[in-house]
Amino acid sequence: MTAATGTVGTTGTTGATRVAILGGGPAGLAAAQAALAAGAAVTLLDEGGRLGGQYWRHHEGLTDRRLQHGWARFERLRGVLDRAEVHTGASVWSAEASDGVVRLRAVVGAADAAGRVALDIEADAVVVATGAHDLALPVPGWTLPGVTTAGAAQALAKRDGVTVGRRTVVSGAGPFLLPVAQSLSVAGSEVVGVHEASRLGGLAAGWLPRPWQLVGKAGELVEYVGALARHRIPYRIGSGVVRVLGTDRVEGVVIAALDADWRPIPGTEREVACDSVALGHGFTPRLEVAIALGAVIEGDRRGRFVVVDESQRTSVDGVFAAGEVTGIGGADAALAEGAVAGFMAAGGALDDGRMRGPLAVRRRMRAFAARLERAHGIQPGWTSWLSDDTVVCRCENVTRRTIAVRADAPLRAMKLATRAGLGACQGRTCGRAVEAIVADAGGAPEGFDRRPVLAPVRLGEVAAVATGGPEQ
Amino acid sequence: MIRITVGDEAIEGRDGQTIAGVLIGAGRTAWRTAQTGDRGVFCGIGVCHDCLVTVNDVEGVRACQREAVDGDRVEREVRA
Repeated sequence: MTAATGTVGTTGTTGATRVAILGGGPAGLAAAQAALAAGAAVTLLDEGGRLGGQYWRHHEGLTDRRLQHGWARFERLRGVLDRAEVHTGASVWSAEASDGVVRLRAVVGAADAAGRVALDIEADAVVVATGAHDLALPVPGWTLPGVTTAGAAQALAKRDGVTVGRRTVVSGAGPFLLPVAQSLSVAGSEVVGVHEASRLGGLAAGWLPRPWQLVGKAGELVEYVGALARHRIPYRIGSGVVRVLGTDRVEGVVIAALDADWRPIPGTEREVACDSVALGHGFTPRLEVAIALGAVIEGDRRGRFVVVDESQRTSVDGVFAAGEVTGIGGADAALAEGAVAGFMAAGGALDDGRMRGPLAVRRRMRAFAARLERAHGIQPGWTSWLSDDTVVCRCENVTRRTIAVRADAPLRAMKLATRAGLGACQGRTCGRAVEAIVADAGGAPEGFDRRPVLAPVRLGEVAAVATGGPEQ
Repeated sequence: MIRITVGDEAIEGRDGQTIAGVLIGAGRTAWRTAQTGDRGVFCGIGVCHDCLVTVNDVEGVRACQREAVDGDRVEREVRA
């Protein structure tokens, strides 16, 4: 087999601006549609086997249509892509932008297969729409089989039509817990309860002052609340799973009331029998490609995001970003930002009439995102539900105690000494938790975002690019 | 329907399911040996690498990302 190396959208033949889009979720799809409308030659890459991202994750033969929201919108967006070049199953492992040219290197094929085909792309502009993944905070016992992220429960229910257990406790923070509970119920697991860490005070501070900002989102939320009622699922605020029980797999959980700082309130613990747990305390943006391209990232331990201007332009020429990488705001925000990013990347103007709608939605949804963080953002007291021997880094099995003991060392030294964050996931799963533990112990953690390899690829595949064919 | 083998055992899944989907559908929750016990799916979207299996002699395949193909041979991985 030889590696096919293609350069996409040659300026010479059409003269059109070449726009590459990374990510086929709501932001990337909206970017593609807008860039095409502005006359660009568009190439879209997604690492998944199907377009849609996490929000529209699906399989034609397996997905229960009751679990899809805004499906008509997805079909419209997908429909215009016959005018674009689309690569699914594409893992981008190198991204550079210099002198106004963006160069991307990917391998395309079945996930983690040997001998995937190399794909090189050169473009005038790129839209980074790589999205986010779940942020599940560690809990004692969370490495037991049967514990998954809320996103995994959602993905397995929607994409594969299965649930990990038959009795599931959902715990974490934010409105995403509601569709997860609905999906679990539809796919065949009883949801024993949904536990939202935020208390009424926080929820009120987040949502009550400007309830009209929920407009556009409210319909979907009302639908989920209806689903909870239909399935008789209790929704409890100010509480959460603080320990998972079991020896070889999940047998139950300990639920406790949490104070406003998410500290378990002594005396409120109670055991609940279950065989599966779905944890979701928020989302972490997938910043790897944006960082590799040199885009400025800003924020603090509450979250770091790609900095963009009104045009969704990053600090690097020709590099745009949209969706969750610029701030956690949900699908509606991502659709609006994607439309702006794609249109501007294609050389469009912000005062073009076609931008009026997306700009208005973006303004409204940014307010929504701020309220989301205020109502459901992670509070620092959560680390008090950890034990000293709780595994924090799941890849390398590093405990809270081991990390805390090295908290005063510089981050690199701490990671090398403990191996926290150096395993297969490169700190994607534990980074935020490790930072919180280091901060608790008086250290100053920063910079878990930078990773040497953007996507998992095999060394043989990288070598193949240099030698002209996959390594035998 | 598709049929894959996991170790010595044949299990059936639905067309289009991921390897993780087939395993979970067959009642399994864990299929990798780690230092602290067995692991299965955790993130479900290709980020955490907890669900790695060997597929047709190729190591390190994320079970949650790979679509199962009829006849796939899946082996357990043991990692300290």
